[in-house]
Parts: sequence; C-alpha cells; structure tokens
Amino acid sequence: MTVSWSGSAPTEGPGAHASRADEHIDGNALAGSLREVFAVDVTVASGRCVGCGRVDTVAGLVLYTQAPGLVARCPGCDGVVLRLVRGPDRAWLDLRGVTALEIPLRP
Amino acid sequence: MARLAAVRDETPTARTLVLDVPDWPGHLAGQHVDVRLTAADGYSTQRSFSIASAPSGDGQVELTVQRVAGGEVSPYLADVFAVDDPVELRGPVGGWFVWRPEDPSPVVLVAGGSGIVPLMAMIRTRAGVGSRVPFRLVYSVRAPEDVIYADELRRRTRDDRGLDVAYVYSRQTPEGWPRPPGRIGLATLAEHGWPPDFAPACFVCGPTAFVETAADILVAQGHEPRRIKTERFGPTGPVASGG
Repeated sequence: MTVSWSGSAPTEGPGAHASRADEHIDGNALAGSLREVFAVDVTVASGRCVGCGRVDTVAGLVLYTQAPGLVARCPGCDGVVLRLVRGPDRAWLDLRGVTALEIPLRP
Repeated sequence: MARLAAVRDETPTARTLVLDVPDWPGHLAGQHVDVRLTAADGYSTQRSFSIASAPSGDGQVELTVQRVAGGEVSPYLADVFAVDDPVELRGPVGGWFVWRPEDPSPVVLVAGGSGIVPLMAMIRTRAGVGSRVPFRLVYSVRAPEDVIYADELRRRTRDDRGLDVAYVYSRQTPEGWPRPPGRIGLATLAEHGWPPDFAPACFVCGPTAFVETAADILVAQGHEPRRIKTERFGPTGPVASGG
C-alpha cells in the first residue's frame, strides 16, 4: 500500500481558494490522512458518539475540510467526533467525540 | 510520483487522466487517491479523486475529473495538467466505499453527475473478473451531453450480462424521452433498483444534496441503512471532495 506522498510537485500551481462554509463530505475522505498515522484503514472502524450514543463507521461521519484541518461530526447530533490537523512534521489527532473505536483486523 | 500518460475527453467538462504510477499496488473498486498540488511559492492543497479504472496490473490508474468553476484543483487537472507532467498521489485509500467481487449480494448503484466515477470502477471490475452479480445503475445527469462514459455504458448494457442502466435527466431530456426532466424520486429507484428484501448492497455517489436525497429514498424504501454506502463530494465539486 502506497500511503506516503512521493515525488516532486508540479511546477504550475493551483489558483485561489473557493469553498463554502456549509460544504461537507463523508468520512471516507479521511482515509488517506488517517492512513498516514495508523497501520490500518480507520475509516472502516466504527465508534459510538459521546454526545448521542449513535454508532457509525468513521467513513459515515460528516466531514468538513474547510477548517484548518479536518473536522468529522456525528450525522446524528452534529457533535464533533474527530479532528485531525497535519503540520509539516507532525499531526494532531483529537478523538474527543468517540467513546471507543472498533477496528476490524485480520484474524 | 505519478506521471500523466494520456487524456481522454469524456464530456465538454469532464476529462479522464490516465496516470502511470510505478509500483502501484492495485486497488479495490470504489477506492480513491489523494492528489496534492504545490505551487511555486510552496502553497499546497490536496483533494480526493475516485479511481475510475478497474485494477489492471499494468501500473496505470485512471481518474475522471469534472471541471468545477472556481475550483482550485479540478481546473488545473482538467485544463493545464499535460502529458508527461508529474503529480503527487497518495493511495489507494478507503476501504469502506468499495465493492468486492466475492460479495454475492445484488448491487444498486446510484450516481449523480460525476458521482458515476467510482461506480464505473465497480462496473468495470465486475466485467473484468467475469462476475455475474446483478448490477443496476441509476444515473442522474442534468442533460444528455453530461453523461460520462456514454458509449461504454451503451456497449456494456448490451454486452455485460446482468447489468441494467437507467437514466434520470434533471434539466433536459433527449428528444422523444417519455418523461419531462426531473429529479431522482422514489418511483425511479423503486422501478430501477432492487427491492429491499433482495438485501442489495447500495452505493450512492454524487454531490452532497443528491446523495442525501437518494439515500433518504433508499431508507424510505426499506433498505437497511448499513447496506447504503455513500460518497459525497461537496455541493458542486469534482469526484470525492471539493473543487
């Protein structure tokens, strides 16, 4: 599995930012960033929301990408479940909104 | 490091990028890659793009990019990125929104616009492994010219046994189409999907509002929520996430 960035950047860069504050996508899009930190794909793990008790897969969380970092919220109560911020040489992972993660592993 | 090997225009606004990726480990249908672009001043941004191709073993991976006005990554990839240019890729990633050929459940695919891309990877993978799992695709587009992979879908509907494709036109229909343009509704999914007692695997991909509407309809039909997997890519963005 190739999970780290490799190679040099294209010489021509992108233009200006365009985003909307209400834009959200699925936790699926966390897969690459979490794979940098964990040995397995955490988006297939399920967790119980601290706020409302709902159980979801990480892939099914509501993901906002416009913050400085990635913010995943519970689809049931909109509470913050997970935050991931990537710096140049480290990452900060805040799992405040989940009581436990159940992670499928190979037997 | 990936390199652009070829491009194929799919519609006036969507383009397929064929990338050479040395040491590509192979992928599952529905997985995505993260693409990172870095400007000369060091500003860097990344987006996720669904993989369009079936695993091939030849080190090539195809992405289909829908140009989004005002986006910062998709216009670059669709218009500026040229053959032989390098690009940073991370992946394949994502083990949730995937179809595995060993799963015998019938499949309902619901695509809105360029949300067809990961679902096409599933259709191509099904054909590639000779699977007979019944697939039904409901594909919603604004107008006939927005259908991505139109020729291939026409051919596969004819040749791939067990694949049905139905179209929904939200703004403009082909000439002689029996229904006025309209959004996807309960009747369409009831007619062209599978009933809940078949326990199909449901995959829905498209803009956020489309995905929410389609997933709500599937739940209302009686499909188990855990059998409905979704991939939203933002209000109008390209595949997987944002512009």
